[in-house]
Amino acid sequence: MKAKITITLKSGVLDPQGKAIEGALSGLGFEGASNVRQGKVIELKLDETDETAARAKAEEMCKKLLANPVMENYAIEVLA
Amino acid sequence: MNPSIIVFPASNCDRDAAMALEQATGKKPTMVWHGDASLPDTDFIVLPGGFSYGDYLRSGAMAAKSPIMRDVIEKAKAGTPVIGICNGFQTLCETGLLPGALLRNAGLNFVCRTVTLRVDNSQSMFTSGFEKGQCVSFPVAHHDGNYFADDATLDRLEGDGRIALRYVDNPNGSARDIAGVLNDAGNVLGMMPHPERMISALLGGIDGAAFFKGIVEAAA
Repeated sequence: MKAKITITLKSGVLDPQGKAIEGALSGLGFEGASNVRQGKVIELKLDETDETAARAKAEEMCKKLLANPVMENYAIEVLA
Repeated sequence: MNPSIIVFPASNCDRDAAMALEQATGKKPTMVWHGDASLPDTDFIVLPGGFSYGDYLRSGAMAAKSPIMRDVIEKAKAGTPVIGICNGFQTLCETGLLPGALLRNAGLNFVCRTVTLRVDNSQSMFTSGFEKGQCVSFPVAHHDGNYFADDATLDRLEGDGRIALRYVDNPNGSARDIAGVLNDAGNVLGMMPHPERMISALLGGIDGAAFFKGIVEAAA
């Protein structure tokens, strides 16, 4: 199975890169775009065949390494 | 004192730290490779500055999971003094030995200059060479030095006197101007500025020499 993990900064955590991107979008003439937040996506393949087990393993990976709970949230998608 | 300096792939202040400690103790510290399973007999551990693992994932995130860190964490919890400088501070936060995290600098720029710091707590073994309120000059050189923690944590750090050093002119957006924090027990310090780069007039100043001398005297 594949897992796709999306990691984003928690709301309230300053995201200067998001702000810079927002400024650049506005500079390009895109109006009405706000609250730009930059995050990251990690994709990986798991040997698990059971979705619950795959999700549990990805969750454990997020807690131990992939995300820092002080500043980040994560969302896990398990794909066949 | 018998210090050990952990060397990670892409540490680049390990030798500076070794020179600073040799100057303060009169003997060479032990350099310990990150892949080793355990530390030699030691009573002071340094996590040096640099860009361990190329800052992949998050600054310090991979270093925090290095094999040697299991022993570092165990010894830190048992009371051995540990200092993390710059990337070492980021690594200590990633291990959970220190609260909070170091975010990208608020101004987005890599900041590389000498800054003035105020010693907020001179009672710790790391800062006992200074007076409370004394100002010292150390260089900073980092991209991710913007200290972040939730308000409750920051209030607790302030209340417990665990903010060892503050920026006089905040270069990176750090919450409450925090440049260095202590753990609850006071035996672990993380700081973004580099005292090991200020150990001789030839390098621009000697406040760093006084810093390491203070540590050695406190440990004696």
